[in-house]
Amino acid sequence: MKLHEFQSKRILAGFGVPIPQGDVAPTPAEAGQIAQRLGGPVVVKAQVLVGGRGKAGGIRLAADAGEAEQVASQILRMTIKGISVNTVLIDQAADIREEIYMGITLDRANRKPAMIVSPQGGVEIEQVAKDTPEQIFKLMIDPMLGLMDYQIRNLAFDLGLPRVVIRQFTTIGRALYRVFIQSDDTLTEINPLVITSDERLLAVDGKIVLDDNALFRHRDLGELRDVQRQSEAERQARQAGISYVKLDGKIGCMVNGAGLAMATMDVISLYGGQPANFLDIGGGAKADRVAAALRIILSDPNVKSVLFNIFGGITRCDEVARGIVTALNEIEPQVPMVARLVGLNEEEGQQILADAEMATATSLVEAAQTAVELASG
Amino acid sequence: MSILVGNGTRLAIQGITGHEGMFHTQQMIEYGTPVVAGVTPGKGGEWVHGVPVFDTVREAVNTTGANTSIIYVPAPFASDAIMEAADAGIQLIVCVTEGIPVLDMVRVCHFLDGTDARLIGPNCPGIITPGEAKVGIMPGHIHLPGPVGLVSRSGTLTYEVVQALTDRGLGQSTAVGIGGDPIIGTTFIDMLRLFESDPMTGHVVLIGEIGGSDEERAAQFIAAEISKPVTAFIAGRTAPPGQRMGHAGAIIEGSEGTAQEKIATLEAVGIGVASYPAEVADLVAERM
Repeated sequence: MKLHEFQSKRILAGFGVPIPQGDVAPTPAEAGQIAQRLGGPVVVKAQVLVGGRGKAGGIRLAADAGEAEQVASQILRMTIKGISVNTVLIDQAADIREEIYMGITLDRANRKPAMIVSPQGGVEIEQVAKDTPEQIFKLMIDPMLGLMDYQIRNLAFDLGLPRVVIRQFTTIGRALYRVFIQSDDTLTEINPLVITSDERLLAVDGKIVLDDNALFRHRDLGELRDVQRQSEAERQARQAGISYVKLDGKIGCMVNGAGLAMATMDVISLYGGQPANFLDIGGGAKADRVAAALRIILSDPNVKSVLFNIFGGITRCDEVARGIVTALNEIEPQVPMVARLVGLNEEEGQQILADAEMATATSLVEAAQTAVELASG
Repeated sequence: MSILVGNGTRLAIQGITGHEGMFHTQQMIEYGTPVVAGVTPGKGGEWVHGVPVFDTVREAVNTTGANTSIIYVPAPFASDAIMEAADAGIQLIVCVTEGIPVLDMVRVCHFLDGTDARLIGPNCPGIITPGEAKVGIMPGHIHLPGPVGLVSRSGTLTYEVVQALTDRGLGQSTAVGIGGDPIIGTTFIDMLRLFESDPMTGHVVLIGEIGGSDEERAAQFIAAEISKPVTAFIAGRTAPPGQRMGHAGAIIEGSEGTAQEKIATLEAVGIGVASYPAEVADLVAERM
C-alpha cells in the first residue's frame, strides 16, 4: 500500500527527519491561506499515487499566496495518468543547492534490507540505476543489528558530502531505517533529500510503501488508505478477498491461483486477444465468491467475453460448476462466457455448464481461442 | 531415491487442529505420507485422523522422531512456528501459509542460516514425490512417478504443467513449489543443485513468474553447473509494471522482474521456454 507524499513526510518527521513546513488543501482558497501563513514562495504539489507528477505539471512554484491559490486551482482540475487530483500539498519552497537520493528497500536476492543513496536526487532512482549505475551506492543491512552509523557515514563519504552535513545525514539515515522497520515498509524513500544553501538537509519529497501483509499490526497506517482513489471494483475485490487488477483489454478472466491467472492472460494474448483483468479467486471457488468475482469483472464496460479457468485439483468440479451456474442465475450477464474446469469430477462439471448453455473447453489454449472469438463476435 | 520427501519422511503437521490443517492431514495420509504427529499449542493429547497432537514441536520430535514439518498456521504466527520447528531439530520445514509480513521472513531466514533446517516457502503448495509422499496441498492424483523434476513459484500453474506431463506419460521425480513471496527459504538455484545430484531426475522443469531476479540467476547457474536438460515456463508476459499480481513477490519494480527479461536470459543460455503451460510437456518430450 502506497502512502501519499504528505502522509509519508509526516511519518518521517515524526521520527526526526527535517521536512519543509507545509499543509494539505482540498480547495484553491485553502491553498492560498496556507501559503499566506507560510509566507514567501511555496511549492504546490498534486497528491496522487503515481510517478511523474512533476513532468505532468502537477508540481509548481508560486511566488506568493495569490499565485499559490491560482496555481492550486489549475492543479486541482488536473488528471494525472487517469487519476484526478483532489488534494494539493503547499510546502515552503526550499533554497536548493544539491539534490541527493536516500532510500531503504528490500534486497530480495540477499534477503536483507538495503540502503541506497545517489548524488542524482530528484529523478527516478530506477532511471539512474539504468543510465549511470556508478552513481548508485548500496549496502546491505544486518536484520539483527540494524543499520550502523559507520555504514551511513561510509555512504556519506561515497557521495562526497560536505563535512558540515555528515552528522545530519547520519541522523536522517538512522531515522529512515527506524521508519522502515517500525511501520513494516517495503520502501522508505527521500527523493530528493536536499542540501540547502545554508547547509541544512531537508526531505523535500518522501515516499513510503507499506507491506500489505503487515497491516494487521498497523491499524493506524491501514486507515491512511486513499479510499476515494480506489475504484468500486477494487474496493469490492478487497472486501471479498479476491486479487484483482484491472487491465485494458476486452476479455475478462476468472482463475484460481495467481500464477495460473497470469498464464491465462498470457495465453489470451498469445491467441490475439487482450485480457481485461487479472483475477485470482483463490481456493474453493464457492458460489458466493464466483458471484462476487463475476460482478467485479462485469463492472468493466470494456469486457466482451469472460473466460473461467479453474484448475480444481482437490476441489470438486461439479461443485465449482454449480457455483458458477448459481452466480450466473443471480447476475444474468449479457456477455458470452467460456469455462474450462479441470480436477475431480470434471466431466460432470462440464456437463452442468453445458446444460446451462455455457461454452466449455478442455484445454487452456482452446478456452483462450474461444474467448477471443466470442469477444470479437 | 528422490529429493526432500519420500519413504523416509516422518511428518509433523503444525496447525493440525485448524480447518486447513485437518483437511490436508487426511489428504496426505490417504496419499500414503507417513504422518507421525500434529502440533497445536494447548491441544496436546488430542487426536486428529488417528494422529497424536502435541503442544510443542519439541515434544512431537522427541516422542515420534518427526524429521519434516508442514505449517498451516495463520500468517501472524507462522514465522514463530517456522523457528520453533528449526529449533526442535526438524530438517525440512514446508510453510504453506500466505501473507506473512516480509520483514518477519527476513528475520526467519537470518535465523535459519544458523541451523541445519531447510525451509520451503512460505506461500507455497509444498512438495510431492509421486507414489511415495505428499507434503503439501497439491492434488496427488494428477501426479505420476517418473524422471521429471519440477520447481515452481506457483501452485495451480504447477498442477497445470504436471497434468500436461502426466497426460503424455511423463512422470515426475519430485515436484516442489518454492513459494510466491518476495523472500523465500529455498530458491531455484538450491533446487537445481538437488535435482542435479538426484539420480532419479533426468530432466528439470522450472516454472517462474514476474518479480525479482531469481530466474535470471538460475539461468546463469544452469549454464555453469547443470548437466541435465532444463525446460522453463515464465508467467506474466502481459502483466503491467508496478502492480502486484496476486502473489506478494509477483511485481515488476522499475524495469526489474519482467517476464521478457527472464525469458531472454533463459533462452540466451539455451534453455527451452514454453509459450503456454501445456507446451512444457511437448518440449520435455522432445528432449527425453
